Amino acid sequence: MGQVASAWDGTEVGPDPVQLLTPAGRRVKHPSFAADVTLEEVRGFYRDLVLARRLDTEATALQRQGELGLWPPALGQEAAQIGSGRALTSADHAFPTYREHGVALTRGVDALELLRMFRGVDHGGWDPVATGFHLYTIVIGAQTLHATGYAMGLQRDGRVGDDGSAVLAYLGDGATSQGAVSEAFVWAAAMNAPIVFFCQNNGWAISEPTSKQTRIPIYQRARGFGFPGVRVDGNDVLGVLAVTRAALAHAREGGGPVLVEAVTYRMGAHTTSDDPSRYRDPDEVAAWRARDPIDRVRALLEREDAAFAGLAAAVEREAEELAERVRSGVRSMPDPAPLDIYDDVYAEPHAALERERAEHAAYLASFEEVS
Amino acid sequence: MRIERHFALPDVGEGLTEAEIVSWRVKPGDTVAVNDVVVEIETAKSLVELPSPYAGEVAALLVEAGATVPVGTPLLLVASEVAEPVEGPAGVPAPGAVELAGEAAGEPVLVGYGTSSAPARRRRRPAAASAPALPAPSTVGRAPAAAVPAATVPAVTAAAGTAHTDHVPAGPPLAKPPVRRLARDLGVDLRAVTPTGPGGTVTREDVEQASAASLAPPLGAASAAPLAAATGAEADEQRIPVRGVRRSTAEAMVRSAFTAPHVTVFQTVDVTLTMELLDRLKARPELSDVRVTPLVLVARALLLAIRRNPAINATWDDPAQEIVVKRRVNLGIAAATPRGLLVPNVKNADAMALPELARALQDLTTKAREGRMQPADMQGGTITITNVGVFGIDTGTPILNPGEAAILALGAIRWMPWVVGSGDDRRIEPRRVVELAVSFDHRMVDGELGARFLADVAAVLADPDVALVWS
Repeated sequence: MGQVASAWDGTEVGPDPVQLLTPAGRRVKHPSFAADVTLEEVRGFYRDLVLARRLDTEATALQRQGELGLWPPALGQEAAQIGSGRALTSADHAFPTYREHGVALTRGVDALELLRMFRGVDHGGWDPVATGFHLYTIVIGAQTLHATGYAMGLQRDGRVGDDGSAVLAYLGDGATSQGAVSEAFVWAAAMNAPIVFFCQNNGWAISEPTSKQTRIPIYQRARGFGFPGVRVDGNDVLGVLAVTRAALAHAREGGGPVLVEAVTYRMGAHTTSDDPSRYRDPDEVAAWRARDPIDRVRALLEREDAAFAGLAAAVEREAEELAERVRSGVRSMPDPAPLDIYDDVYAEPHAALERERAEHAAYLASFEEVS
Repeated sequence: MRIERHFALPDVGEGLTEAEIVSWRVKPGDTVAVNDVVVEIETAKSLVELPSPYAGEVAALLVEAGATVPVGTPLLLVASEVAEPVEGPAGVPAPGAVELAGEAAGEPVLVGYGTSSAPARRRRRPAAASAPALPAPSTVGRAPAAAVPAATVPAVTAAAGTAHTDHVPAGPPLAKPPVRRLARDLGVDLRAVTPTGPGGTVTREDVEQASAASLAPPLGAASAAPLAAATGAEADEQRIPVRGVRRSTAEAMVRSAFTAPHVTVFQTVDVTLTMELLDRLKARPELSDVRVTPLVLVARALLLAIRRNPAINATWDDPAQEIVVKRRVNLGIAAATPRGLLVPNVKNADAMALPELARALQDLTTKAREGRMQPADMQGGTITITNVGVFGIDTGTPILNPGEAAILALGAIRWMPWVVGSGDDRRIEPRRVVELAVSFDHRMVDGELGARFLADVAAVLADPDVALVWS
């Protein structure tokens, strides 16, 4: 396997997306980027991709069975998520939207922790510090500001440099139309913050196509703010990994922000409340199905890995076990007690909140006699 | 062991209440695996395929294709072989076991909505909450599968989907927290109240009626029959004894409406200047400890109009065949209280300065709301204001408080387009506008007097400076 690091010089790359693995599973070279991975790592990516998809399909089914209130499927975006998630080091911090289920798995967030929020039993229960994976943000684009502020904090803690940390802020194509995202770009550029904005351009902002959102390719948006944009094939896990790694290294070492546009496709609905057949051409969906992110890794491994059949069977088994664990785990999640809402609001005791909790407890107690 | 579990129609789209069954993909006797598509439904938002939550054999389809059913309606029954006992990974029983246990205990439990207790799941799912009342699935759910051929399971037809909402559950009374609070405040025992709300819940009105009934003195031993007697046989109607405040209100309204010939006149008035004055008054130190509301200023305007038209402040003495013009104004305020409509009055309101009047009105409404009203508070009224505006209403034709000559209805104060200026300078501006209505007893008050009285009230509210000229 190639051991060549990327030679990216920190300038804009596009409009042809960086691609290191073709839809047919053939490796190709790129002048600026190289995937510095072993065969064992590629096998790991295959496992990541399959588990992420199995979690996604199971969660979609659980929503259809009334077990989850809502689910935003990530179907088709697995390579963009696994490639970028695996580019992070343990010292980096990621700020997701609400669709980064694959990234969550790469950060060690348990599948059931991820689903609690969509079951409505908490507001996101994993530890963002331990996992380096912030809580999901539902407000479109808002997390880019949080992420920029966090990156500025890293600067002030002196954590920029050779062995520094960087921030990876996820956003979608629709979010680029949000004012908050422009503000984040302005601040990140002005402060030279160690942050990579990772935009999964999945073609659709709910029912609005990207062509109606922007007159220029999204990666070129970075020009006006004064930092580089790079376009990558979002269905190519090796390309995404190489580009994100190079961008994070650039930010970590004091080079300032980078915008990565991963061109991918949302194969499913925006959320389980959405019906994409009302606004999408089935031919478009079929064309993207032929560029499936898992198929090309499978094709690569079938050719390069003599032991792939065993791996595929083991991963299949593991995926089914994950699905079963998710299914029974979700169904048996207990509802929270009413006063749990006060638990994780502040890190330290807070007088006003304690007062509200006491009032609420007294209020709840006042009903016991009549029921 | 072999168990049967339902799959109930879930809310697949954030707040949907119903869906149409488009087509079945399975039939009784088919074997299904977990997540096999069993049915296609159409909601207000989308066409959706529903996957089976269970593996097993389809025992029955409970809803016909083409039917539109509420969320929570059992759709099909799947029979499965499971190792007993059915346990979730954390020692929490799986849904099937909960279903059986819950139904055995008489507690409503929904299939497919987790293991929480039913009350916590009642929110936002009125249809789902009452689904356990459907007799067919619960019967099947308890019975050994072999004893229940699919054919004996009554299917829910298109028309029957909503037929179960009148169910009154056994066990503790169902009521929302604010209603429970109200019951506690009024000393009403929820178990003795006939519920009329959806799914057998006790509503605010139920509690208020029970309270009014209990406050009234019993009319005799025979009338002391409990309100609960109305339950059972007459589930489609509720019979409420006419007692207490309801009875006195009814008598007063009939007496007034059918003895005093009512005439109502209306005027729409721009009260922007009055509302601006109100804001300035609120900042004054002598009014800092009292709520100065539009009602206070309307009361002031009414008192000034009475001074210019004293004959409006009068009562009709039928036995003496005399009109009694009062020299003092006891200003009545119609108040919706927990006990019902009451009309307490402020004695000698005409002699009060504004801060004193504001305080008196505030005390009156507080007492009325807290139910501390004494009979004396409601006697001797000479004229009345009814503030229908607090309910968002523009105006109405109020019925006179019996014996009084006039009643003023105050509507909601709204921003309205209004023509201001004169000559070439006429233009439309947003202004605060209110509708006033005065009903008067035409035996005592002619149209001219009634109209002048209302015009005077309106004149003060249109330009509060007028008050200085008139007082």
